[in-house]
Amino acid sequence: MYTKDGEKYFIVDAHIALWDARVENQRTIHGKQFIDCFYDYHRNLSPASELWSYEEYLYQGGERLMRDVFELGYADHAIFQPARLGEFYKTGFGQTQEALALTRANPDKLTYNHYFDPRDGERGLDRLRQDAEEMGLKGVKLYTADWHGDSRGYKLSDPWTYRYLEVAREVGIKNIHVHKGPTIRPLDRDAFDVADVDHVATDFTDLNFVVEHCGLPRLEDFCWIATQEPNVYAGLAVAIPFMHTRPRYFAQIIGELLYWLDENRIFFSSDYALWTPKWLVETFVDFQIPEDMSEYAPLTVDQKKKILGLNAAAVYDIPVPEELQVANPPAEAEREAVSVA
Amino acid sequence: MTITVVDRHRECLDALSVVLDPELDEPITDLGFVRSLDVEGATVTVHLRLPTSFCSPNFAYLMASDSKDALTDLFWTERVVVELDDHHDSDLINAGLAADAGYRGTFRHEAEQDLDELRLTFRRKAHTAAMERALTTLLRADDTLRESEIGDVTLADLRDERTTTALLRRRVALGISTDPGAVVLVDDHGNPYPREEVPLRLRRARSTRISIDGNAHFCRGLLATRYPGSEQDQTFRPEGAEASDLRGDHPLLPLFVTRENS
Repeated sequence: MYTKDGEKYFIVDAHIALWDARVENQRTIHGKQFIDCFYDYHRNLSPASELWSYEEYLYQGGERLMRDVFELGYADHAIFQPARLGEFYKTGFGQTQEALALTRANPDKLTYNHYFDPRDGERGLDRLRQDAEEMGLKGVKLYTADWHGDSRGYKLSDPWTYRYLEVAREVGIKNIHVHKGPTIRPLDRDAFDVADVDHVATDFTDLNFVVEHCGLPRLEDFCWIATQEPNVYAGLAVAIPFMHTRPRYFAQIIGELLYWLDENRIFFSSDYALWTPKWLVETFVDFQIPEDMSEYAPLTVDQKKKILGLNAAAVYDIPVPEELQVANPPAEAEREAVSVA
Repeated sequence: MTITVVDRHRECLDALSVVLDPELDEPITDLGFVRSLDVEGATVTVHLRLPTSFCSPNFAYLMASDSKDALTDLFWTERVVVELDDHHDSDLINAGLAADAGYRGTFRHEAEQDLDELRLTFRRKAHTAAMERALTTLLRADDTLRESEIGDVTLADLRDERTTTALLRRRVALGISTDPGAVVLVDDHGNPYPREEVPLRLRRARSTRISIDGNAHFCRGLLATRYPGSEQDQTFRPEGAEASDLRGDHPLLPLFVTRENS
């Protein structure tokens, strides 16, 4: 919980990772390039006081994660969203067993979301059923640009993905997080194009699709889809740190999201360990739309409370103490599709 | 002799200034993507650098091959070598460029579409963003103008010179009319929208513009983070600029790891 000016905020960090990018886990040069790219993001967008050394950045471990996210970072709950990246890292980038053990040791604080890859075929379907049961999955993180043999990406609209989503539905996995972010690695069949979210959101109306990084830098495509599909959500991972270096840019992003979606479908995500959550929570609570941007209404305290935790808590059935709830809670909000031509 | 080399160097840079990053709609020379340029007689060698190892390979290929074409078109060049540094597909792209294998020849099964389609997509986005910049500038300057009336604004109504010039250039690139009486808010083919759709279309154009401006600044920042000093090679971008861009003092840790294979 975070308190500022007498207001209490229930915090759900909807996107964290326990990664291992140390040299001994790097399978190829791409493993190094990938973490270097993340480290550049970290160095480019973090305040000076929050910068880590490169060595610290490669691996944090569970103890440090708990301290950074919960003790220092104010989170009441956090959700793992791992990326496999098996072609880049020997035991993968996200550390499944370590994260799972940490979740089991702290069940009230952590939720473990796993991943599936439709290119794993039939065997992967059995594996998904097994993982769902063993790991108690409520959600998965899909990294559509992950490499897999000769393939450098897949689409949610691929027939095999449909089969996986059908199994997900059958085993109670309700929340599908999809990485659609800054342009990395797609070829012409753009693995981060958000258009495929449109297909699955229409065909699986009982599942929630959380678009991580809200489709940036294709915000317009994402907004267009999310406006029409009430089961599409925006994850603020990678978008939210722009508050520090590019506050006017962030104001426009949040302004557009509130316009095209609504205040009930936006999730706070630090994307730990890309960034530490503490300054993100503090800065967001203090953040306001610049006055000269008259095209956007000012952010209200209740909107911030919803974005920082209540929205994700509603979707993940995380209990929220009565005193931290808002008058118009997200769970009771009517999900409406806006009709667009 | 020295003068000739200096002139030729200048000519090469001028030639490269027409090569655009498709997504950012800016010349690679303004973005600081040209890492080095060497002229030796009739041989030109250029190294390009990008903000991350994982910049989209199709964009990377497009900029590199456009660079090679632009330099090859100079009447005096006999041999042009363009190499992309520190990219996850550097080897693949550099080999493809050296062999003039073309986009499909370079990426094989991964290349399904034509590059022309990609170019057109981004030319259209650039136009949409330029259109929104011109209209938002007008809206902010004129309190009496309502978003619902924006559909009636013609090119002759635009008063801001910079945003108007930029818009006209994008309209020419798409073959859209530049007649003073032509409506500003149009689709990719130059057709105006039905009145009831106007506010929504303006909002959508706005999100396109926000994407491009934000990404342009993120890429500039990342390039400077990755290659300290490269910010000196970047031209100031007024669109979407923030106070922090003018200071240029965003603190960065020195990168003390060695970058092998780079």
